[in-house]
Amino acid sequence: MVILVVAEYDTAHVRPGSRSALGVARDLAARSGERVEWLVLGSGLDSVASDAARFAPVTVADHPLLVQATADRYARVIADVARAHEASVILANATTFAKDILPRAAALLGAAMAGDVTGYSFADGELLLRRPMYAGATTATVTLAGRPYIITVRASAFPPAEPLAKSGECVAWNVVAATLPNQIEYVGLESRPTMRPDLTEARVVVSVGRAFRSSEEFEQYVGRLADALKGAAGCTRALVDDGITPNEWQVGQTGKVVAPELYVALGISGAIQHLAGMKNSRIVVAVNSDAEAPIFSIANYGLVGDVRQITPALIEELNR
Amino acid sequence: MKILVPTKRVPSTDEPVRVHPDGSGIDNATLTHMINPFDAIALEEALRIRERQGPGVGVVAVGIGSVAFESELRTALAMGADRALRIDCDDSVLDPWSVAQVLAAIVRREKPDLVLMGKQAVDDDSNQAGQILAGLLDWPQATFASKIQFLEPARLQVARETDRGLETVVIRLPAVVTTDLRLNEPRYASLPALMKARKRPIETVSQRELGVSLEPKVRIMRLEQAAVGRECVRVADVAELVRRLRYEAKVI
Repeated sequence: MVILVVAEYDTAHVRPGSRSALGVARDLAARSGERVEWLVLGSGLDSVASDAARFAPVTVADHPLLVQATADRYARVIADVARAHEASVILANATTFAKDILPRAAALLGAAMAGDVTGYSFADGELLLRRPMYAGATTATVTLAGRPYIITVRASAFPPAEPLAKSGECVAWNVVAATLPNQIEYVGLESRPTMRPDLTEARVVVSVGRAFRSSEEFEQYVGRLADALKGAAGCTRALVDDGITPNEWQVGQTGKVVAPELYVALGISGAIQHLAGMKNSRIVVAVNSDAEAPIFSIANYGLVGDVRQITPALIEELNR
Repeated sequence: MKILVPTKRVPSTDEPVRVHPDGSGIDNATLTHMINPFDAIALEEALRIRERQGPGVGVVAVGIGSVAFESELRTALAMGADRALRIDCDDSVLDPWSVAQVLAAIVRREKPDLVLMGKQAVDDDSNQAGQILAGLLDWPQATFASKIQFLEPARLQVARETDRGLETVVIRLPAVVTTDLRLNEPRYASLPALMKARKRPIETVSQRELGVSLEPKVRIMRLEQAAVGRECVRVADVAELVRRLRYEAKVI
């Protein structure tokens, strides 16, 4: 029996969020005595697989037909590997990649799934999982029936696993092209390039609500403050709706969930849907002209005033 | 073309959610309910497809649960759904797996060309049922849709909101598409339409007639109110803020 962790990666490295899922897998395996292994899917995976192997043994599903992460094919391969390796648990970071693919794999396996898990414990040998519900207003404790369990974890709730003393082995999975479905045709990806760190991996996140009215203003204020703090720049739903920022910069219940060391909320009133995406940040700073804005109730430091005046002053003070 | 739109009844997002003191669930005695906002977006999209393509398109709203679900199904009829179908069952134990099982049985019976549904319900926030349904039916799926275009009568181009950006895929019908917030702005049901919908029939099928046994795989043992709230230090100016972040919080 193995605990399988589905890895996400950038050009050559496994993402830190996947390493957080691996950390959970190691802890579960330490109790059950099972083996932990990565499952990496894609095309041309040599460097990614060797990076992954620094942390755990790797099953590599490398095939040109897996170059894009379409749910039909990825779910099929994940289910095939899970069966062949008798996986008891399949873990991944709770990203849109995992949310798209893993429930479909659950259907193929008849598996039970819990998403966005932020904590776990054991009672009488049974795994109890904690996950937010109602936009984070409540925390549920759930149990799963029927193996394998499929679990996505909030990376922000668990530290990334450290490398092993000695790299694990990479074993190729034989992808049989004829068995792969062909239901979803990938056309392309549109994203706004940025030199700043990924929102979910940044130490500092600067975020803004409807205070700024153009992407130029966003850069001038939010971008520059993020750069002064060497952080990422994010926003609320409103700015994406208005076409000022791209969707992948949105923090909240339906956007990204972040928990950086420092979260700076500029002109954000604090709707529960936004709080769901950032309230577990270690230190929250709120700047808002409305002294009664709900954001102050979850902030460590609050400054009442106009973000158009305060943001440049803050940049200047930081660069002093 | 027939479009099936599952519509879940959820507590209104305008009111704070309170957990029952014994942790068994939420205290819904005082709650008002609504169609899950993501499902309302799915219904709106189905209605727009019908408006563009003409009366050959039929829109069927589906509710899974007790008789209380009829109020949301009437809202769906008032918004413009052609039919409303309720699967009568105990909704207190439903999880994404059992919802997908019920929907798969309805799909076999109703034979829709497209299932359009919210990417998640704002009560349990699971984000699973559509994908599980697609997997059970072995249908194509496109999740988190923010734009849906018909290329041909049976081919859809869907823009998907992902963590990496806006991804575009093309799928062939029959398919499952789950909707994200930016797909559209759902219309309101007018008062006269709501009055009229009161007299419209809601077809009811029991879960037993449908031949599905509910075997949930996720069991909620306990619910707690999440702890929120911090002691906010109000600072006078940016100099004090930076000083405190540097020397007190030691975060910069």
